[in-house]
Amino acid sequence: MNAFLAIRNLSAILRGGSQRVLRSVDLAVEAGEVRGLVGESGAGKSMIGKAVLGILPSAVSIVEGEILLDGRNLLAMPQKERRRTIGTVAALIPQDPLTALNPSRRIGRQITDRLVDILGWTEANASARALELLDEVQIQNPQRVMASYPHELSGGMRQRVLIAAAFAANPKLIIADEPTTALDVTVQKQILKLIREMQARHGTAMLFVTHDLGVVSKVCQKLSVLYSGKVVEDRAVSEFFAEPRHAYSKALLAATPKYTDPFASLLPVDEAVIASVDAEVKAADREWRHV
Amino acid sequence: MSEDEPLVSVRGLEVALPDLTRKPLFGKAPPIKILDRLDFDIGRGSILGIVGQSGSGKSTLGRTMLRLIEPTGGTIRFAGQDISHLGEAALRPFRRQAQMIFQDPMSSLNPRHRVSTIITGPLRLNGFDRVKERAAEALDHVGLPRSFLSRYPHELSGGQRQRVGIARAIAMRPQFILADEIVSGLDVSSQAQVLNLLEKLVRELDLTLAFISHDLSVIRRLCSHVMVLYRGRIVEHGPVETVFDRPQAAYTRELLDAIPLPDPNQANWLA
Ligand SMILES: Nc1ncnc2c1ncn2[C@@H]1O[C@H](COP(=O)(O)OP(=O)(O)OP(=O)(O)O)[C@@H](O)[C@H]1O
Ligand SMILES: Nc1ncnc2c1ncn2[C@@H]1O[C@H](COP(=O)(O)OP(=O)(O)OP(=O)(O)O)[C@@H](O)[C@H]1O
Ligand SMILES: [Mg+2]
Ligand SMILES: [Mg+2]
Repeated sequence: MNAFLAIRNLSAILRGGSQRVLRSVDLAVEAGEVRGLVGESGAGKSMIGKAVLGILPSAVSIVEGEILLDGRNLLAMPQKERRRTIGTVAALIPQDPLTALNPSRRIGRQITDRLVDILGWTEANASARALELLDEVQIQNPQRVMASYPHELSGGMRQRVLIAAAFAANPKLIIADEPTTALDVTVQKQILKLIREMQARHGTAMLFVTHDLGVVSKVCQKLSVLYSGKVVEDRAVSEFFAEPRHAYSKALLAATPKYTDPFASLLPVDEAVIASVDAEVKAADREWRHV
Repeated sequence: MSEDEPLVSVRGLEVALPDLTRKPLFGKAPPIKILDRLDFDIGRGSILGIVGQSGSGKSTLGRTMLRLIEPTGGTIRFAGQDISHLGEAALRPFRRQAQMIFQDPMSSLNPRHRVSTIITGPLRLNGFDRVKERAAEALDHVGLPRSFLSRYPHELSGGQRQRVGIARAIAMRPQFILADEIVSGLDVSSQAQVLNLLEKLVRELDLTLAFISHDLSVIRRLCSHVMVLYRGRIVEHGPVETVFDRPQAAYTRELLDAIPLPDPNQANWLA
């Protein structure tokens, strides 16, 4: 199996505590494939993305496990090599398009920076590439957008810019952290379509973080369900929606809204199920301390 | 002021802002109309959903109703009082009664303050007693542990931050809350929890709510009425069932069709 990204048995704790925020996580993304990562708020989805990109907050430390990128363990590399490796092959589409762009710098600069600083491109080459990409993400008048500031663009346009920036250096892996939660449904649909087209055209492996199972069913082939930092289900998307295996996944799917059926939806996930999955997490923690 | 008079009443509301993208090198930018002749009421104890595509003017409308923006035309009445052009001093009582919960939790929470200060700050400013207790209770309401009082915003997940924003607003016990895209970053469970909470507050505390969202499932579940904005105008307004089951405007149909249902076989959805 040629997983481009393979996370193995990854555990992380918060400084000063003994509680794990990531609990022996196993997760793989194969070349050219999109894997969804779902779970409730605070489950650790963004944390996993940050661990891969080497941008974990200082309060979080990894206590065991491996993160293999193209077969090489990032956690075993010296800091500098790690940063370069990540910078050349991986990129992020961030969770918050409103704050992800620096408000006081022009759009063009923000796309070319990474190319120039990390990859050593010339300014001219980087600008040409940025124009090409803005065109690829269907921005009209890319010249003008290059010269604009973020507040001059709508939410949808800003997200297109961030997608362009993520694809700029031809990464082999993209981590998309809730790339459409801030957008309305019609714009979301356009952006999802764009991400899928770009991903397919470039053959990029993608870890797609979201809390929306509707979105997962449209853009992902594989799916990991995270609860309290623990992966409780790892399935092909088609199988998952036909028959989720874990009780928590079933409850999550049952709670996912369908606008056609307003009263059957938007109930919190069943409390009995939460209690049982909490017990499962606790049991795993007890076992973990004994090894 | 009678009991069945609407809490918020908006007539002929217009907001025009200088269009900086068309500003000549010298001189003033020409005005651009962001909101155009809006008429609507929000009844006491009701929940009005406001939907519309990105850039249609939802947030601008919200900010104008809360008088963070002064309208360039028309009137806004709150509990019978015309607040359209009141100055800051005259607006003080209104500021306490009407709270806004923002779309973007990271930029609306001071990164240098702990959660406890974030919630107690506005309470102190408005002369509340027992501020610590009120802050703790507000966290209970939104389902966050009280230990979060000592955390900083960057120590929270996206959804947890959003709930702190909600806690800050409800701690003030306002009459009116305007919520701008507050659940779009939350998973279904937290969404359900927040919606149940808002419903409970509306019921028990006689709260009136305007709820901006692009998530029609959420609007349908929570709101009694819905208003659809398109390019700064109201294209549809009525009881939720009517608008969703028999949408008059093509745009509303388009919005409904764009919802991804949790089903990998939903025909040609991304085609
Ligand atoms: N710097 C930090 N210090 C302490 N705890 C943190 C820090 N950053 C995050 N956490 C905690 O780690 C947990 C996982 O956070 P993470 O941001 O990964 O959640 P998430 O699954 O992405 O949630 P959301 O859907 O709300 O974005 C949360 O409980 C959060 O409170
Ligand atoms: N300060 C400003 N100056 C000029 N134009 C502005 C200003 N603020 C907003 N606009 C424009 O007004 C229109 C409405 O913006 P608004 O933020 O109200 O939309 P929205 O419906 O809330 O969109 P979203 O769903 O993306 O949050 C947009 O076209 C926006 O570009
Ligand atoms: Mg997150
Ligand atoms: Mg808005």
